[in-house]
Amino acid sequence: MNKNNLKAWLYLLPAILFLGAFMVYPLIDVLIYSFEEGYNFASQSYFGTGLYNFSYVLHDPYFLQAVKNTFIIVIITVPVSTGLALFISVMLSSIEKLRELYQTIFFLPYVTNTLAVGLVFMILFKKTAYSDGMVNMIINFFGGTSVDFIDGPYWAKMLVVCIYTVWVVMPFKILILTSALASLNPAYYKAARVDGASSFRIFTKITLPMISPTMFYLIITGFIGAFKAYSDEVALFGTDLNAAGMNTIVGYVYDMLYGDSGGYPSYASAAALILFAIVLTITVINLLISRKKVHY
Amino acid sequence: MNIDISDNTVNEALRKSEQAARLRRGIGTAVKYILLSIWALIVLFPFYWMLLTSVKSYGSYNTEYIPKFITLSPTLENYVEVFTAVPLARYFINTVIFTLATTALMLVVIVLAAFAFSRLEFRGRDTLFTVFLSLMMIPNELVVITNYVTITDLNLRNTFLGLILPSVTSVFYIYLLKENFSQVPNELYKAAKVDGTSDFRYLTRVMLPICRPTLVTITILKVIECWNSYVWPRLITDDQMYFLVSNGIQEMRESGLGRENIPAMMAAVVVISLPLIILFLIFRKKIMEGVSRGGIKG
Repeated sequence: MNKNNLKAWLYLLPAILFLGAFMVYPLIDVLIYSFEEGYNFASQSYFGTGLYNFSYVLHDPYFLQAVKNTFIIVIITVPVSTGLALFISVMLSSIEKLRELYQTIFFLPYVTNTLAVGLVFMILFKKTAYSDGMVNMIINFFGGTSVDFIDGPYWAKMLVVCIYTVWVVMPFKILILTSALASLNPAYYKAARVDGASSFRIFTKITLPMISPTMFYLIITGFIGAFKAYSDEVALFGTDLNAAGMNTIVGYVYDMLYGDSGGYPSYASAAALILFAIVLTITVINLLISRKKVHY
Repeated sequence: MNIDISDNTVNEALRKSEQAARLRRGIGTAVKYILLSIWALIVLFPFYWMLLTSVKSYGSYNTEYIPKFITLSPTLENYVEVFTAVPLARYFINTVIFTLATTALMLVVIVLAAFAFSRLEFRGRDTLFTVFLSLMMIPNELVVITNYVTITDLNLRNTFLGLILPSVTSVFYIYLLKENFSQVPNELYKAAKVDGTSDFRYLTRVMLPICRPTLVTITILKVIECWNSYVWPRLITDDQMYFLVSNGIQEMRESGLGRENIPAMMAAVVVISLPLIILFLIFRKKIMEGVSRGGIKG
């Protein structure tokens, strides 16, 4: 038995070492950082402990801007992408011909590099001295005036972020929803048809309740993912997100840590903990709602 | 006679209503295909645009005030440009090394851990597994700060080791693999023990071949994740010789080339997107199945 114990721990040793060094220790460390006031990277010294870092972060206009941006991204993209994905998946599962082709195409954004494709979106929306760009051409065609979506007004930039975010998260949601729809028992539908129920009624009374666990899974992961928005914004506006007014909470954490504005791990830790608290709260609320609404 | 007429009318009415229903269904189906095609177009258009722009010559791209949807004189000069003006080949090789090394190391670590959790008996197993599971909730953003400091203190900035080390474990994949290992009948293990097979031999000769599908899925998902990783490499490298493709493309965008020469930048985008798209087209079924079983985006 003792020999067995030893052997098992030997098998687990690599995982424990790596998790300990790069997950458990950092987790404790981030808490310590966040309470150390005036921590200096170079001299590794600090002059006090307390809540100053949190108060600094919460009063930093850049952080408040980042929180505002992040919340707008979350509130717009999560419902839009989930709703759109449901709509597309329902259509997808009701056709037979070409279904696989559509599924393959719809999944494509999942396997692409967000940074790289973000650049394509940037040039599609960007207005330069040479050209108003693809999207503005379409706007002009319908009689609108050109807008600079990349360096222009706030809402234009926000619109591009939301469009790109939705484009990026759709493949995952469509895939999960189509597999949920495919696993539904066709007997329920036949019974409903025989009873003469309309398609809409079948959808709201049978399909939706049966896939509600999947929907809530997608909403929860959608919220968590959207709160961590960062690389999509970098792809569209470059690394100096504060200058573009498009920073997100995660972006703020990294800016505090690294780069021209970096060198403040304490502020970064405080901001990261605030983000974690927000995400945790939202997830718990989601779970409480789902307990009432979801049919298992 | 009377009955005959009414029979006819009934038949007629039935036929008409059936026709109408078929027509309605037909229109409904057509609308579905149109809407699905519109979404397919939205998904594919950026890919088309990057390919198109990458074969437009620098001169012709900049003279198009209204962008053209086709080009009659495609050129490969941008691809040449992007490999000579920027160390794109270097970024590419770096990413390949990083991806292969990280994935290989991770497979070793998670296979050993999953085997211990699913087959070996030891004290504290369930407690430890619960601790592992609870680590799944920890967001990367929370631990990245200290990891950055750790790697910097160890003087591992701008090294492959610094890039690789923090991402060689995944609690989620340990969990996925452990579930799969546990499905292998215990009788096999007992039989192997009776035959005097060692645990390690049993793991490599019996468990791994049986669980190959899961291992392939995990490998593919990890490769995708590695190929697209951006934040950690950005924190840990500032020497171009160690840039991965994501950082390379971002650097290009912020420095000279991307600002002036959009077609060349698009050529770079095509080059770095292609490997994963090819991988996807080959392993389409496996990837989609894997993601729906346990993929997480982000």
